[in-house]
Amino acid sequence: MSLRIVVTVKYVPDATGDRHFADDLTVDRDDVDGLLSELDEYAVEQALRISENSDDDVEITVLTVGPEDAKDALRKALSMGADKAIHVEDDDLHGTDAIGTSLVLAKAVEKAGYDLVISGMASTDGTMGVVPALLAERLGVPQVTLLSEVSVEDGTVKGRRDGDAATERLEAALPAVVSVTDQSGEARYPSFKGIMAAKKKPVESWDLSDLDVDADEVGLENAWTTVDGATERPARTAGTIVKDEGEGGRQLAEFLAGQKFV
Amino acid sequence: MAEVLVYVDHADGAVRKPTLELLTLARRIGDPVAVALGAGAGDTAATLAEHGAVRVLTHEAAEYADYLVVPKVDALRAAHDIVSPAAVLVPSSAEGKEIAARLALRIGSGVITDAIDLEAGDQGPVATQSVFAAAYTTKSRVSKGTPVITVKPNSAAVEPAPAAGAVEALDVTFSEQATGTKVTARTPRESTGRPELTEAAIVVSGGRGVNGAENFAVIEALADSLGAAVGASRAAVDAGWYPHTNQVGQTGKSVSPQLYVAAGISGAIQHRAGMQTSKTIVAINKDAEAPIFELVDYGVVGDLFDVVPQLTEEIVARKG
Repeated sequence: MSLRIVVTVKYVPDATGDRHFADDLTVDRDDVDGLLSELDEYAVEQALRISENSDDDVEITVLTVGPEDAKDALRKALSMGADKAIHVEDDDLHGTDAIGTSLVLAKAVEKAGYDLVISGMASTDGTMGVVPALLAERLGVPQVTLLSEVSVEDGTVKGRRDGDAATERLEAALPAVVSVTDQSGEARYPSFKGIMAAKKKPVESWDLSDLDVDADEVGLENAWTTVDGATERPARTAGTIVKDEGEGGRQLAEFLAGQKFV
Repeated sequence: MAEVLVYVDHADGAVRKPTLELLTLARRIGDPVAVALGAGAGDTAATLAEHGAVRVLTHEAAEYADYLVVPKVDALRAAHDIVSPAAVLVPSSAEGKEIAARLALRIGSGVITDAIDLEAGDQGPVATQSVFAAAYTTKSRVSKGTPVITVKPNSAAVEPAPAAGAVEALDVTFSEQATGTKVTARTPRESTGRPELTEAAIVVSGGRGVNGAENFAVIEALADSLGAAVGASRAAVDAGWYPHTNQVGQTGKSVSPQLYVAAGISGAIQHRAGMQTSKTIVAINKDAEAPIFELVDYGVVGDLFDVVPQLTEEIVARKG
């Protein structure tokens, strides 16, 4: 038996940097350093743990859709221990929305071959958290999403989903799409050996024609949503800051009372 | 007037507040038609009618509880097909966003998530969103198909507006995918008696400075004096001092209350992403250089174990 895992990852602008919009109201990628989305590291980690706990042959492919620089995200995942990588890159992809991205991912996942797709719970830039569900809808396979625990055994994926109202135990037959939260387990740091090994691992490059996706199904022009305007939030006016010299709590209570919170 | 589908989030017939906010927003763009699913769906009708639902489509089936997400998508699709709405609105919970996205794909429409406001526009509803850790506010619309939009809690003040609320049974045929992901067990979260974090008007959060699970009692006491929900920073959650379900931030809950109180939280960008749209922000921190002070309307530089209990005592005294 073998198990083919495809981990979908995203190359995102560093959230600790100063993120901006470009003139076309897409994310300005030139202005801020990019990196592998932190939340996707958890997906790579779970793929590695499933592999380590499995008696089967497990092959982990890491997949991204993004510009040239997105290779950096793939290299990071490879250095953590993924086996190979696929980079979908095409000029026509600029500005693609979540629905379009899910189409490209679905075609790529099908072409790669998979038993299990693992994603992070959301990207740290768009933060919609809908791509795993869209991918499952497109592939026609179960979605087992927002898992804080995940395991695979005998062709079944099981997991724990911590919702607002309840904790649920979920179960689905493979093939399936899984997404994992930041509670699923700390992601490992690449070792020096891993970093060296990653340089030799294969990275395939596909464009839209490889995936039978037409240019008019993706890109900013064909997005199903339109951003009409973006305004920078005005800087907050400086608040009152006091040093506690024994009356800090009472002073704060006075402020809250003045604001009618008490 | 055009009809607008509103997905109803309820617990055994008790309608959750974000759905009432949705009904208020839906009335700006049309006549709300509510869709209530699962056990107790019929019991929601009176509340929904009080808040403007002209029709309430209900369907009860075990599938909604026994399988994840897809049965609800099937039902919303069925409602969409009989109503042909001007828009579909769904509360912006994790599940709500998944339902909305799958529905949008099925009906060939775009989807907008996490709107914080909604208004009628020349080319359909216009959604306001807060992005990049609240550094920007954007105006977006769906440019293809029926707009499917999820709206965050606390995006509108609930305004009752009695309407007919005629209850109709929705006819749903479940898809092959509906039973794909089985819910094998469900443990309801134990009620703390405090408001739900994302819905609360006031949130009191503790961070690294709280320095221990047992010390969260200080935070909880302040929260209770204000009738607030309790939040925690990622540092506090990762240390195991408070449950992940209470985490405020990029990888936790995003909150937008009237008042946010941050105690012992430095205010890293990941935390700010989750609370920066709060109307009034106050902070208590020993470190005068903590970035949280850049956001505050009122800040106290001091030891939270001195300041917070004194604040709690004062609030309790004032409330008499």
